[in-house]
Formats: sequence, structure tokens, C-alpha cells
Amino acid sequence: MTTTDYTRADFQTDQEVRWCPGCGDYTVLASVQNFMAGLGVPREKIVVISGIGCAARFPYYMNTYGMHSIHGRAPAVASGISITRPDLSVWVVTGDGDALSIGGNHLIHSLRRNLNFKILLFNNQIYGLTKGQYSPTSEQGKQTKSTPFGSPDHPFNPVSLALGAEATFVARTLDMDRKHTTGILEAAYEHQGSALIEIYQNCNVFNDKAFIELTGKDTRDHNRINLVDGEPVKFGPEGERAVILEEGTAKIVDTSAVDPGRILVHDAGNDDPSVAFAISRLSHGPYGPTPLGIFRRVSRPTYESTVRDQITAATEAKGEGDLAALIRSHGTWDV
Amino acid sequence: MATEDLVTQESDQKTEIDRAVIRFAGDSGDGMQVAGTRFTDASAAFGNDLATLPSFPAEIRAPAGTLPGVSSFQVQIADFDILTAGDEPDTLVAMNPAALRNNLDDLKRGGTLIVNSDAFEERNLAKAGYDHNPLEGDAVKGFRVIEVPMEQLTKGAVKDSGVSGRDVLRSKNFLAIGLLTWLYNRPTEPTIEWAEKKFATRPEVAAANVMAFKAGYNFGITTEATKTTVEIRPATLPSGTYTNVTGNTALSWGLVAAARQAKLPLFYGSYPITPASDVLHELSKHKNFGVTTFQAEDEIAAVGSAIGAAFAGNLAVTGSSGPGIALKSEGISLAFQAELPLLILNVQRAGPSTGMPTKPEQSDLLFALFGRHGESPLPVIAAASPSDAFEVAIEAARLALKYMTPVILLSDNHIANGSEPWMLPDIDELPDISVPFATKENSDHGFMPYMRDIETFSRPWAIPGTPGLEHRLGGLEKEAITGNVSYDPENHQLMTDSRAWKVVNISHDIAPVEVDDPDGDGDLLLLGWGSTYGSIRAATRDLRKDGRKVAHAHLRHVNPFPANLGAVLGAYERILIPELNTGQLRKLIRADFLVDAKGLNRVAGVPFKTSEITETAIAMLER
Ligand code: SF4
Repeated sequence: MTTTDYTRADFQTDQEVRWCPGCGDYTVLASVQNFMAGLGVPREKIVVISGIGCAARFPYYMNTYGMHSIHGRAPAVASGISITRPDLSVWVVTGDGDALSIGGNHLIHSLRRNLNFKILLFNNQIYGLTKGQYSPTSEQGKQTKSTPFGSPDHPFNPVSLALGAEATFVARTLDMDRKHTTGILEAAYEHQGSALIEIYQNCNVFNDKAFIELTGKDTRDHNRINLVDGEPVKFGPEGERAVILEEGTAKIVDTSAVDPGRILVHDAGNDDPSVAFAISRLSHGPYGPTPLGIFRRVSRPTYESTVRDQITAATEAKGEGDLAALIRSHGTWDV
Repeated sequence: MATEDLVTQESDQKTEIDRAVIRFAGDSGDGMQVAGTRFTDASAAFGNDLATLPSFPAEIRAPAGTLPGVSSFQVQIADFDILTAGDEPDTLVAMNPAALRNNLDDLKRGGTLIVNSDAFEERNLAKAGYDHNPLEGDAVKGFRVIEVPMEQLTKGAVKDSGVSGRDVLRSKNFLAIGLLTWLYNRPTEPTIEWAEKKFATRPEVAAANVMAFKAGYNFGITTEATKTTVEIRPATLPSGTYTNVTGNTALSWGLVAAARQAKLPLFYGSYPITPASDVLHELSKHKNFGVTTFQAEDEIAAVGSAIGAAFAGNLAVTGSSGPGIALKSEGISLAFQAELPLLILNVQRAGPSTGMPTKPEQSDLLFALFGRHGESPLPVIAAASPSDAFEVAIEAARLALKYMTPVILLSDNHIANGSEPWMLPDIDELPDISVPFATKENSDHGFMPYMRDIETFSRPWAIPGTPGLEHRLGGLEKEAITGNVSYDPENHQLMTDSRAWKVVNISHDIAPVEVDDPDGDGDLLLLGWGSTYGSIRAATRDLRKDGRKVAHAHLRHVNPFPANLGAVLGAYERILIPELNTGQLRKLIRADFLVDAKGLNRVAGVPFKTSEITETAIAMLER
């Protein structure tokens, strides 16, 4: 019997959760389990697909359908599920190496297609499972096992990348802030189409305190730019700083120094991703003032609906497939 | 429509023959594939047996008139059941000097050479590397040469059609078809009907093609050199309804049929690649069969999407050619570890690397068997001819679903683009290959995704959406029964053995290999797999006509081998394995059965000539 009257325990499995003690993944797991318990969607209708990495263990701990696939390919696997089974709620769990390095191609293509699955990108700016090499989101110059003289790579900003791929829903949140995370998860679920949620996730073993400027008691209020749709973008303990748009570029100014009318009013529903992109350029990684929240949420037909519509239209036009007629369709003769 | 009248008439100088090989050769832009397929379809409609061999230049069109730009289409037609497109053409149509140069060596001594004489001018001759006109020299001595000013004739014929400028000469292939239609006493209606239907939205093009066709036919009637025509009576094939089908089409229809027989929706995830793309094209037309096609961003995504679709409860298929299959390798291993049903089509082409994409080769056999990391044996099944691909697709799906395993289906360029008459099966007689999804818990402790069926060793297929059977698959080693992640040493041994045994066990669930050995006392066994079927079969026939005792066995299942194969091999003193590779099946046969099998191996981008096989066989028999 299907019931949707769940508690978090209904989404837990009998498998021991094996992340390092103190890892941010635990918090995200709890947020997701709680969120899904309250979602009202039958458990059997939920599918969680992951690739490879620490975060990719996620499906084993979710009492739903799931697959721990191969490195970088979770969006590809999710595509096959989502296209053929629009009745399911499909979630991808990935990391910065998985989604942005080995699987970069699948990420951008699933976003541009507007495939209706939700991608949780756990960004800890390091390779955890392979024990501490720099990742495509590690800061340039970072010293790691594979870069003893500092990383020569310029990092990706995942939100900018997703906006560049014209993803219809792009957001950023923090592992520690469960309330914020839950709000974003709810919005992503409601959204029809692809959703990329970058989750800043602390790897306390190989890259501890990477997000301290956004989580530390003394700094967080100064650095978290909470994007709220329809509201002027202001931040700081007293809202003393603000964001304005100047010649297409987003800039941080003292609130008191500008005419209130010049302060950028956040509009996630703007069809043109340029302004959201400008906002995403306010930080390049979790250093200094960094925007969090929903950057973009626009409506576009999903890939699945277009494909299903084509099938329905073809069936209506030609009738249900008749195999005997098909194999005769190139002309026949009798002997 | 002002047009030349077509008075189809009986030629009064007809010679009856039993078979003929015709090759159309011209520049890539000359429409030779259309000419060949039109002539073929008319012959099919007439009731001949036939086999075709299209030959494409490299994919990117070379400059007009040059040797690399030559495209050709060969067809053999006969009044009996033939097996190959023939070793050497009896009639060669050469649309320009380059086509002549590329193909003249193959023309049978005494054969008919039809040339578009208008193309034999200085510039074209130079492009083909001739310093003189070969039609005026010794090169064409010994052939019956028919020079046809095809361009002038076409211009004259289509002048009232409404086409103009450069488009006028595009109809010259129809002029050639018309002439051949006369020469070989083919029916005219199929070609005219085809042109009118194909170009229905461009009536002037339809008209021009029909006019050129008629002009070619009438040229045949009125020209002294073409007074004598040949006739090939309809073949006495088993009675039934026939169609002419290419391998890629039969494979696509076979997949549609397999999904129907499995009562599952079909999902095809693919990335464009020569020569597999036509499967994607064909399947994408049949959405009203509930077929979903997905042109993925790359080969890896193609297999990934198919894995997802398999998990979700579809008949999931991905297809490619060698280079693409290499990219899919990791994904195939995941499907193997997850024990999901998945079909992988490999339409082989000449490799390695980009190789020769438009040429056939059987060089991915060992790759299909072993091209994965870890211990990951898979069933591998091969189509033997274009029409066989239909049945093979259903058989591959049957195994994948029944045994919850990926299955590799091998075809190749020769099968994919070649065609043959296919006696249509009775749809109601196709096997039921459906396998029920798991719907209930299978133990007192809940659903056990790796609880195996005691007979097949297959695990249950529970698809998302089924309440109570929530479970997680993945690439990490699974604990037997529960499917939980396990690093236990004994468990890994058990699971490795179980997966291998599951595949080995299939040998008892497939048809035994049939041996064609009329008296059961052959001195030599010809053993083959895949597209060499026609050549080996034709060679077997020729050898028998020559009084030799030879047997032929052809493998559809190359992994696992049919259970009776060892006994079959043991019955022959000499075994010859012709393959379009350097000896891959031979290696397997020698390793598995310790028999001294010999190989006939060639990788020239063309199928075997029958004579190559007969000569090798005779040498072995006389040793
Ligand atoms: S290595 Fe880092 S990311 Fe991985 S489980 Fe440990 S703390 Fe978490």
C-alpha cells in the first residue's frame, strides 16, 4: 500500500553511513531525507542517481530507488530514466570532480536540454574519495598532493557555468544551513525542468573550512548575499551593503552611498540570464561576499514533455504501430 | 507533361541467363546509390533473387571527377537463390573516367562496359590520371563497349520538365537506369512510381527523372549496340511475401519487433557514427510504436541513458561502431555489474581508430568478448546477412531480458548497407520474449534484488514505481542476495563465478549450430560467423559442384558457443575459418577446443570473393 505519511526514518536504509565524522555530507543527507519525508511523493516514485566520489554514496543511504553509477555519468543515466518515466521524481547527486571534471559534458547538455531532474552538486573544492587532489573548483595556486607547487588551474564557478548553459533553475546553498537548503530543494522540486543546486559542502578531512567565510560566526553575516526574488539585493548585519548593476556588471557598494532606486532588485524569473550571470560573478568561490539562493528560475518546456508530445502526436496521426505493416512498408512481392 | 513516349516492348533478341552481376560506378554526386537501389528494387519486384554491395567513398565528398570520389553499387540478380553480390561484374556502368579507372579491373572478360562518353573529355581524364582517352586504347579491348552520350541525351530528354541549369544533369543516373532496364528486361513501373512518389513535392524533378529514364530505355531499343538483351527469370524462392531489406533497416525493425514481443517500450540511446547512424534514423521515424530515441551528447551518454532506461523498465538499446563502443566500455561494465538488460549494437567497420569508416571488417569480435575491465563475460551474437539482423535482434533481446545481462549484437558495414530479399515472417509467430517485472517481496526480509533464479541465475527486475521494492544498484561489488555493497573476499568470488556461470549456461538455451553437410562425411568444415555467410555458402556450393565434400557451419552465437560446437568440430579433419580479420574466431576456437583450425584472413575493406574461399579450401583439401 502506498502511503506518503513519512518521517525521516522512512527514507533511511539499513546501511551504515560511511562518511568521515564531521563531513558536511551528513547534514545534506539529513536535509534531503527530511525534505522528502514531507514532500508527499510516494517513496517508490523517487529515484536518486549518483556518479563517483564521496557524495556519490548518497543513494545507498536513501530508501528510494537509486543507482550508484560511474564517474561523471549520473546525468546520462538519469536522462534515460527521466525521459522514459515522467511519472518519477529523479535526483542526481554529484560532486565537483564528478560533475565538472570527468562529467562536465553531461552536466551542460542535461541543463541545456532542460531535462526534468534535479542535480545536487556537492562542491567541496577537493577530491575527497581519492584523498586530496585539487578539483576543478579548487582555487588557483592551491597546494595539494597532486599540486605540491600549487594548482595552475583556473577554477570553474559552477553557477556561472550552469547559467552559461542556460539552465532554467540555478541555485546555491550551504550544507550547514539546513533551512536554506530545504527551501531550495522545495523550489527545485516545484520547478518543471532541470535544476542545478550547488551545495557548498565542507570536507573536514582534506579541505576543512573552505567555506568558513560563509559559515563562521564573525564573518557569515558580512559575506552571505541572500538572493530573494523581488527584493533589493542587500546584505551585511544591518543591510549596509548592496548590489548595483553598472554597465552590465554587478558591483558591491555601501547602501548609504547609492540612491535606493539603483539597488538591484533580484528577478530570478528574468528570461535573459545575463543579470543572473552578473550576480554570479560577484564571487569566484566562497571568498568574501558570495551570493546564495536562487539565481534563476524560468519556465521552458522540458525535454521530456517535448519527446512525449512527439510520441503522442505520431501515434494520433498514424495510429498505434502495426509491425506487419511496417515490414511491408518498403514494397513487397509474392512468390 | 510533354514527354517522350515509352513503348515498353519485348526485345526480339533475348538471351536467357541464370544470373548477372551489374555495377554502377560514378562520382559521389552522380547518384549511383540511387541508380543501384532502383535497379535492385525493380529486380526484386520482378522476382529475382538478389544481393547487393554498395561501396561508398570516404564520408567527406572528394572533388568531383577524382578517384577518391568514386561511389559504386553492385548487385547480383539471379533466377535461383544466390548468396553474394558476385565476384566480378558482367556489366559495368562507368559515369566518368575515374569510375572507369577504379572499376575496370574487376569487369569480367567479355563483359559489357557502358560509359557516359560525354564525361571522357580532357579535364576529367586528367583528374582520373589518364593521359589519353582509354576508350580509344587497348584498355577496353575484350569488352563489349557501349558508349552513351548520357549528358547530351539527358539534356535533350528533360528540356520540357521545368528543371534548369545545373539540375538538368542530375537526372543522368535515371538515363542509365533506363538503359539497364531495357538491357536486362526489367519492369519499368517500379522506377517510375518511385520517382513520382519520392519527388512528389518537386514535380519538375520527378518529371525530369522519369523523362531521362524513358530516354535511356528508348536509347536501348533504338541503338544497334543494345539490340541484344538478357533475361533472368524470376527465382524459384520458397513461396511467401518478400521485401528487399538492408541490414540496418532489418536490425531496426527487429528491435521494434523485439520490444513488441517483450511487451516493453523501446529506448534507443545513440550518437551519430558511420555505419550505425541509419539505425537511429530508422527508429526515430517510428515513434507511434512507442519508440523513444535519444541522440545523446556523446557515446558515453548514449550508453548511460540506455542503462537508465533499462533500470526504468524499457527494452534499452545503444548502438555504435568500434570507436564508439570503446567509449561505452565502462558503461557496459556497469550494466554487467548491475545485471541490467541492455542491447549494444556494434555495426563494425574497418579499424583501428577511425580506420575506414565506410568499409566492412569483422575485427571487433575479440573486442566484443573481452573489451571490458574486470571479469565481465557477455553474450555476443552476430547477424549473418541483412535480413538475419531482424531475427538476431529479437534473439539478443530475449537473452538480455531472460538473463538480465547486457548483450552485444555484431553487424558490419556489409550487412548494414547491403540488401537482400527477405521472406516476411508471420508476425503472430514471433516468440514471446516477455519477462515479468518483480512486483512482490521475494523473501521474509523484504526485497532481495540479487536473489537469483535457480534455473537461469538471473536476478529479479524491479522497476522504480513499484511500492515496497525500493533498492539501490551500482558499480560496487554486490553482496549475493541482498545487493548491499560488499568487499567480502568469498562474496566477490561467488559473485564473479555467478555472473560468469549465468552466461556460460546460456549455451544450453540457444539453438545448436547447424551443419550443412549433405552426406555427413565432409573432408573439410568451413566455419564462419557474421557477414561472411554469403561468401562461405556460395563457396561451399561451388566446391560441391567441383565434386568436393565440404561442410559449412555458421555461428550466430559467438559467446557462449552453442553446446554442440565441440562435437561438430571434432567430426572434421580439416577446419577452415574465413574471417575479415586476422583470425579472431580461429583464436577462440583453437583455445577453447584445441583443434588445428586454419584461417583465411583478409582485411581489405571488401567482402571475400567466393573464389578466394574455394581456392584456399582446395589447397587444404589437396595438401
Ligand atoms: S573525504 Fe571529505 S568529503 Fe569525503 S567523506 Fe571525508 S570529509 Fe566527507
